[in-house]
Amino acid sequence: MPGACRGPPAAGRRRLTPAAGAVDGDAIAQIFREESGRAIASLVRFLGDIDLAEEAVQEAFVEAVRRWPDRGLPPSPAGWIITTAKHRAIDRIRRESSRERRHHAAAMMHDDPIAPPDTGTVADDQLRLIFTCCHPALAPEVRMALTLRLIAGLQTTEVARAFLVSESTMAQRLVGAKHKIRVAKIPYRVPDRDALPARLASVLTVVYLIFNEGHVATTGDELVRAELCAEAIRLARLLDELMPDEPEVMGLLALLLLTDSRRAARTSADGSLVRLADQDRRRWDRWLIDEGQALVRRCLARDEPGPFQIQAAIAAVHSDAPSAEDTDWRQIVLLYDQLLARVPTPVVRLNRAIALAEVDGPDVALAEIERLGEHGQLARYHLFHTARGDMLERVGRRADAVTCYDLALSLVDNDSERRVIEARRTAAADSV
Amino acid sequence: MKQYMLSVHHTEGDAEPTEEAMQAAFRDVDAFNERLQSEGSWVFACGLEGPSTSTVVDGTGNEIVTTDGPFAEAKEHLGGFWVVKAADLDSALALAAAGSKACQAPVEVRPLQGEEG
Repeated sequence: MPGACRGPPAAGRRRLTPAAGAVDGDAIAQIFREESGRAIASLVRFLGDIDLAEEAVQEAFVEAVRRWPDRGLPPSPAGWIITTAKHRAIDRIRRESSRERRHHAAAMMHDDPIAPPDTGTVADDQLRLIFTCCHPALAPEVRMALTLRLIAGLQTTEVARAFLVSESTMAQRLVGAKHKIRVAKIPYRVPDRDALPARLASVLTVVYLIFNEGHVATTGDELVRAELCAEAIRLARLLDELMPDEPEVMGLLALLLLTDSRRAARTSADGSLVRLADQDRRRWDRWLIDEGQALVRRCLARDEPGPFQIQAAIAAVHSDAPSAEDTDWRQIVLLYDQLLARVPTPVVRLNRAIALAEVDGPDVALAEIERLGEHGQLARYHLFHTARGDMLERVGRRADAVTCYDLALSLVDNDSERRVIEARRTAAADSV
Repeated sequence: MKQYMLSVHHTEGDAEPTEEAMQAAFRDVDAFNERLQSEGSWVFACGLEGPSTSTVVDGTGNEIVTTDGPFAEAKEHLGGFWVVKAADLDSALALAAAGSKACQAPVEVRPLQGEEG
């Protein structure tokens, strides 16, 4: 899906237009990507079992590959897949002797398999399954993998590639997760009002981490990384469709779009990272920026700020600026103050200090960073040392800056970030 | 009468018992349970699902923190337990010996707090 996360008309939104005439393997693969998440969610409710649901949907697609090239696409490919998968599941349950499965399936099958799936119900099914996949009783990396597999509809091998593990390792991880869901009885349910804010935050974090996995890491195939960002954006869009009244969902989508808008400018020709201040802003994707900014404006109108909305607003201020110098840094510092009130972490405080340098000068920012350093929580965080080095350089203490960059180099584990720090170290050392 | 917990621990990496051995153990444990009930020693017993299905909840702070379990990354884990009534430790150890033979695993005996009389 190269380029799927760029505009026009709307990034990550790949709507299927059933073309008259030829249906080839690529078209079916595209439909699989597009529809298997919804089909699996619908089948999970129908069967009460994730494994059975996955098998049934897989079989329905095998059937589609056999039929569609000759007979053409059915009027509603998604509906056809869901109905066929239900028939396959029923056949399989009748064939198999496993008492437990029969019992399970019999208890779950209360609706008419022939009836076309009602889109409202399918959406509800999908929302329920998202909350299952992102349940806090599952380990964070497992939540990401399950969400990509079951909601985004990626194949196990694709999920494995995204996380740089072997297919068998990923398959084991997924099997373990599904086992726990079944045995510990993690519910398929949208949490009630009391629990919803915390549980929604967990879902949004999973999508954000999937995006970050593609955005930050630079090991592995560049295309796979881009796909991961695109999948995260697709998931955020899906959540926005399923929960249109949640400003934090809008905030997350806006944040991802605005961050992704800088993708082309973020790496130089040799693959090393380009800092925000040094990026060629003409290479930023205007389509994504426009959509992200429109979402931020909608959030602001709601006046229920949350961490993702505030981070999106910060990204929006950057995307408005023609250059780093012409950025409304005062506004950014104010937004970081708001973020700090909600997420009082050392990393947020560090980012606020970096922005503060542009308003009150590097000496004020340096003092703030030194204070942060006293707590020691950021001692192993390479960006703390690069930020400190940057401020030291700007106040003329170049030898101290070199020491900071050396520390940062001993902690960084990402090659393209390493190259950036090495370049800065060399420049600082040369001018000492 | 005092109450004791008789717990069964499994060690990770132990060879899986054969299907027949497992069936035999199930039968023997059923028989042992019936004996506990008929003697009036029975309080409660259960087997546990594997440690990978557990979840740890920490409600000690302002926010409730839920994490994928188990609590301790140990090689041994609790596989199941009985709670029995016994006159004294010797009687409890005798029950544990029979329980261990039945389930084909070592059994740890630990007195419950305060359950006298």
